[in-house]
Parts: sequence; C-alpha cells; structure tokens
Amino acid sequence: MTARSTRLAPPLLWSILLPAIVLLLSACSATAPVALRGSGDLGVVIERADGRVKIIETTARSVLATVDGLGDLSHASVVFSRDARHAFVFGRDGGLTKVDLLEAKIVGRVVQAGNAIGGSISHDGRLVVVQNYEPGGIKAFDANTLELLADVPAASEDGRRSKVVGLADLSGQRFIYSLFELGEIRITDFSDPRKPLTQRFAGGKQPYDALVTPDGRHYIAGLFGEDGLALVDLWQPELGSRKILAGYGRGEQPLPVYKMPHLRGWSVAGGRAYLPAIGRHEVLVVDTGSWQEVGRIAVKSQPVFAMARPDGREIWVNFAFPDNGWVQVIDTLTGQITHTLQPGRGILHMEFLSKGNEVWMSARDDNRVLIYDTATKKPVGGFDASSPSGIFFTTRAARTGF
Amino acid sequence: MKLPPLLVHVAVFIGAALVSVYSAAADARLAEPDSARQRELVHIVRQDCGSCHGLTLNGGLGPALTATALSDKPLEGLVATIIGGRPGTPMPPFRGIVTETEAQWIVDQLRRGFPPDTGLPAAQALN
Repeated sequence: MTARSTRLAPPLLWSILLPAIVLLLSACSATAPVALRGSGDLGVVIERADGRVKIIETTARSVLATVDGLGDLSHASVVFSRDARHAFVFGRDGGLTKVDLLEAKIVGRVVQAGNAIGGSISHDGRLVVVQNYEPGGIKAFDANTLELLADVPAASEDGRRSKVVGLADLSGQRFIYSLFELGEIRITDFSDPRKPLTQRFAGGKQPYDALVTPDGRHYIAGLFGEDGLALVDLWQPELGSRKILAGYGRGEQPLPVYKMPHLRGWSVAGGRAYLPAIGRHEVLVVDTGSWQEVGRIAVKSQPVFAMARPDGREIWVNFAFPDNGWVQVIDTLTGQITHTLQPGRGILHMEFLSKGNEVWMSARDDNRVLIYDTATKKPVGGFDASSPSGIFFTTRAARTGF
Repeated sequence: MKLPPLLVHVAVFIGAALVSVYSAAADARLAEPDSARQRELVHIVRQDCGSCHGLTLNGGLGPALTATALSDKPLEGLVATIIGGRPGTPMPPFRGIVTETEAQWIVDQLRRGFPPDTGLPAAQALN
C-alpha cells in the first residue's frame, strides 16, 4: 500500500535529527546581533596607511570593530549622518565611503575624483558634498544612495580649474568653500541639486583652509599667500568679504610651514577665535564681535590645530613636523600657556568628548591612540592603531561646520 | 731649499690620488645614508611630505612625486627644491632637516618608485 511509502523517518533517526536542528537554530540566533545600542558615544579612527577605520566607543574607551577597504586615507576626514548611525569617509584618492557604524560594514562606496580633500553634509542630512583637488570642484551626492546629483567645477571664466579647500555646510542646502589657485570664496546652493546656483566672493591669496563659526554666521578663510584672513558675514552676504588681521606678520620673513594649519569651528571660544598664524609660531586671538586682533600667544612651533575644549576654557594646540610630538594648552582666561605636553610621536589630531572631560589624540609614529583626562592632563587609556590620523566622534553630527 | 722636480711631481700625484680616494669614499658614504637613516627618510617623505603630496605621492596641495611625474625633471632642480623650498608656493625648505646628499638619495628613490614606509623604530629604542 501507498501508506507505507509516506511513512515518517524512524523514531531513532528523529532522535538524532531533532537535537541537531535545535542546535543549529540556536547557533544561528547566537551569531545574530546580540544587543541594541545607541550610536551617540561612537566614533571613527582613521588608520591612514592601511585604508582602514576603527569604530570605537568612548564610554568604555574600546575598539568595537575594524572596517577595511576604504582606499587611500591620507588626509581623510569624516562627517556623520544626522542620526549618527553612518559615517561618510572622504579619502585622498577621491573615495567616498559610507560606513554603517552599528553593523560595522561598508554600505556604499564611490570613487568620485582623482584627488580629494574632504567633505560636508547638508543640514537636512540629504546631501553629501565632496571637495576635490583634482579635478578642482565640488560634487553633491545623495546621502542615501551615493548617487551623483551635481558636479560643480571650480573654474575661472577662462576655464582654469582650482583646488577646493575649506568646504563647510551652511543653512539650507548651501555649501561654502574656497579656491586655492583662484583666491575666491564661493557659495553653492543645491536646493535644486540638478541646477546648483553659485555666488562668488573675493577671497585672498592662496586660501588653504577655512571654518564656519559654530553659529553658522561667519566664514573665515586662512590665507597662505598673504598675512591676513578673509571673512564673510553670512547673515549679510551682500556686504561681500573683507580682510581681517591684515599684515599680522608685520613684514617679517615667514618661517617655513611644514604642514598647513587646519581651521574648524572648534577654535571659537568665549567670544574669541583662536587662529593658527601661518609662518609664525603664534596663535592669533580675535574678538568675534569686532573681528579685531586682541592678542597673540607665542607657542612652540607652527600650530596646526588650535582646538577649544567644548566648554571654551582651554585651547589645545598641536604642531607641524618636526615638532609634532608636542601639545600645548592655553588657558583662555589668562591667555597663558599652562601645559606643555609630549604625549607621543606624531600627534596628528585631537578630538574632545562632547562635554570636554577627555581628549583623544592620535600618535601616528607610536601607532597609538592616547586618551587624556583634560582636568589632570594625564593619560587615562589608549589603544593600538596603525598610523592613526583623524579621530571623529559622532557628536559632530549635531554641529554646523563639521 | 730646492726640491727635485720629479719628487714634486710624485708628491702632487700621490696627494691628488689620496684626495680623490678620500672624497670618493666620502661620496659613497654620504650618497647612501645608513639603513636606519634611510628608514627615517622614507618615513618623512611618505608621512610628512605626504601631508601635501599624498601618502601614495600622487599629489594633493603639492604636485605628484611619482616616478612618472618626475621623469622629465632634472635632478639638480629637484634637490634644490627640497633643500631651498619654492618661494611663492607652500613648498618649505628642508635645509637643516635633510642634507643635500640625503635630498639626492630621496630624489633618486622617488625616480625609481619610492619604497614603502616601514614606520619609525619603537619609541623605547630611541631613548
């Protein structure tokens, strides 16, 4: 009869199969994501020589994962999606890589130019814009899909292209940037990404980087080719740009600059901006109301980053090669240097926790990330990383100019 | 006192030979920095020159320094640029950081395709 042929497997076989199935199923569930977590205490450390990033979490000061395959990460920078789940990593080779911080994997990648220097994200989080050295210009991408939406060359009327530096996000879907060779400042509005509109301002000779103040009101471009900085009041752009701190070098022969300073909104504290002088071993102090110089602080060497602790009480300064093993701390109340530290070799970058209690520093030549307590100026932790450079915490997601 | 002309000639000849042997030895010694210094120089070029020229030397704010990019540039000009910098551009002088012969070695290595960076020795080894 047919009944015999439909008989189930013998009980003995089931007694072996069932536990095996149960075991396999439970093994599957054990490899699935184990726990929910937030992303507010996460960050990314660039391992510049290996095209790799480490995903870190700052609460237990630990490395969660390593993500590989991001290309040439020398001079890499990172911006975060508004929900602080995704990091957009901009590589030197023009690579734009979207990394899911929670799943620790690449979820999108395009190589969009020959030579890039960083990028920015719009206030609504929908557009990621990359600034390119080669060919000079900016490109806008859909933050979800990384689809190219607009390509805006940085060119003069006669077609000369220029490297783009100092890109920053403005309100709306606008971005501001400077043109190194052409000495201009431009604002491009991507409200209709298929029809970008660009406004032009005089910049100055060889702008090398720029910042937008944390309130989004002022844009300041540092100039390599002349003593002074260019300023645009973004609340009154019709007034055009103007020079501040003109002639700060007082006609003296500039000292060699082995690394260009970096400018970001972090150097604004307590109504003053602390700006690395170029070719001078000084930090220039400017009143952000009058934009007049109110002081200058002699420091150990050519400053690269002058970064305000988030409460504004201190400015931490690192230096260009060959003095990149030093860090100095300026007390903003007295304008004096209170600490001179030698945390490690090749200190490339410093990143504060959002409330300023810790600063994380990359010691490139020691292959270490160092964690210092900002109150005691003493190390409280650290971990190995291969040639670490930029350190970026997800708290940047909430800030203009980052 | 008058020396015999032959003796003078012999003395000059021997002296010249000694000088040339010495300077050749010095050249050979200087033209090839020792291996520890080579490692440092490679690190400086990749990492610190790399902040403008790119870690892969494909260029950035500064031009590319790949073998192809440098193939038509004269050696002396490149060495002079390293030592003296290039006024009017961000290229700083490296005088005092590398010697002229080290700069020649760097240019030579750049033209061959620059070696990879193996990092600096561990900190404790330095001091």
